[in-house]
Amino acid sequence: MIKLTKVTKEYPPRGRALSDVSFHIRKGEFAFLTGHSGSGKSTTLRLIHMAERPSSGEVRVLGFSSELATGRDIWKLRRRVGFVFQDFRLLPGRTALENVAFALEVTGSPRRERIPRANHLLEEVGLSTKSEMSVDVLSGGERQRVAIARALVNEPLVLLADEPTGNLDERAARGVMELFLELNARGTSLLMATHELTLVRSQPDARVLELDEGRLVYDSELVREESA
Amino acid sequence: MHALREALAAIRRAPFLTVLSAGMVALALFVVGLFTVVTYNLHQALTRVEERVEVVAYVRDDVRPEELAALEAELVGMEEVRAVHFVSREDALLAAREDLSEFEDLFTGLDENPLPASFEVELHPGFRSPESVARVAEVASIYPFVEAVAYGRDWVDRLHLLRQIGAIGTTVLGVAFGVVAALIIATAVRIAIFARRDEIYIMRLVGATNGFIRRPFLLEGFLTGLAGGLLATGLTYAAYFAVYRLVFPIEWIPIEWALGGVMTGGLFGILASAIAVRRYLQEV
Ligand SMILES: Nc1ncnc2c1ncn2[C@@H]1O[C@H](COP(=O)(O)OP(=O)(O)OP(=O)(O)O)[C@@H](O)[C@H]1O
Ligand SMILES: [Mg+2]
Repeated sequence: MIKLTKVTKEYPPRGRALSDVSFHIRKGEFAFLTGHSGSGKSTTLRLIHMAERPSSGEVRVLGFSSELATGRDIWKLRRRVGFVFQDFRLLPGRTALENVAFALEVTGSPRRERIPRANHLLEEVGLSTKSEMSVDVLSGGERQRVAIARALVNEPLVLLADEPTGNLDERAARGVMELFLELNARGTSLLMATHELTLVRSQPDARVLELDEGRLVYDSELVREESA
Repeated sequence: MHALREALAAIRRAPFLTVLSAGMVALALFVVGLFTVVTYNLHQALTRVEERVEVVAYVRDDVRPEELAALEAELVGMEEVRAVHFVSREDALLAAREDLSEFEDLFTGLDENPLPASFEVELHPGFRSPESVARVAEVASIYPFVEAVAYGRDWVDRLHLLRQIGAIGTTVLGVAFGVVAALIIATAVRIAIFARRDEIYIMRLVGATNGFIRRPFLLEGFLTGLAGGLLATGLTYAAYFAVYRLVFPIEWIPIEWALGGVMTGGLFGILASAIAVRRYLQEV
């Protein structure tokens, strides 16, 4: 589903963000991507979203290869891969409903289906009572739920999350985690970048990938295979 | 549909920007318009003068009618030639008396007609260049009974030069100010893109197609260019009318030219926006 093969990403002239990273995430997996600040977590997620291309190696996502993907493939891919950020990246001055409906509109959803569907998605993330409120007045946890609802508009097979709980307090963070687990239970693969180890430890069954200075230094799957 | 709604919404969101850029485009195109009117009138005037470009072949008095017929046949057969008129000695004298009535006495006092007979050769439009005129003159002058060939070589040359200067001047200025107009539109669209960069970012994030993102901007550029073109046409017409009324009568350019100018404004708008958006869409 997501497969990185010997991926290196360089930002000349400053140096390497990723060196020779390989891993494979299967359908339905829940994986954490951990590591210190600057270890290359965000870079990895951007490569998977094909916002950038690797300097060498290959990124394969849902059958699309970073070596071959055209502009058309990239927008198809992005409708299948949702993305959530630490800083939410909502459109300010618009309501929760408008933010979700905007994503539906720009990906070509029929006009009369947009509002009902956006409402349904907000309900799924537990925000149905606040759909008409401007995102500017929502709390951090609520904004992140709007962002997650937006990431779900095209029923993605994969959800990428870059420090989604970074700006949230513990309770709101737990709420977002529960939402992710629920989505994962329904079959969505999840790859979540975070440096909060308590969060990682709270999910002992999840896959853990650890980066250090651009190298993959730990993969729980490989460790499990070795000990078996 | 989405594109049109978005483009109109963009104009409504920033009406000042739209008016400003359409106004600046109009000014740039206005300059082009003025030059077009001037060149067109120059062209018309030159064409009227050129109407009178003709080759006159004077023949000797003792020429035989068959010889005249041979010359006439050859001239008529040339592709440059529209018509050939034979002017007999008597006709020439009559015409001279009429044209030069001040010198009436000069002609009446004569017992013999001093004027030679001639062929007046009219040329087709498009064959009034120095080369064509010289070719016709040469053919006529080969005949031994042709005494002289006149066609005002100097002013045919000068006319031709004037026309070329006019055409080159308009082309250079038209292109220069056309580029200025395109740059103005590109800047306006870039500002519009900048104002909406968050939306564009989200669109790309959730997988909107480039075409979908681009279309409203292209349309906005088209409308700006079109508005600028219309305004410029209006301004040019006002200037034309003022000159017509207050200075001297000039001609208005053909309506197709004006329409073509407006459409060119619109096309430049699309082109300028396409370039402005392209750069933005390349950054992820
Ligand atoms: N666009 C870029 N241009 C140049 N260098 C970059 C760029 N993006 C990332 N880097 C560098 O690559 C390295 C990895 O950055 P990345 O953002 O992937 O780290 P991270 O693990 O997400 O860190 P954090 O936990 O702080 O978000 C850093 O050294 C960073 O400076
Ligand atoms: Mg990061």
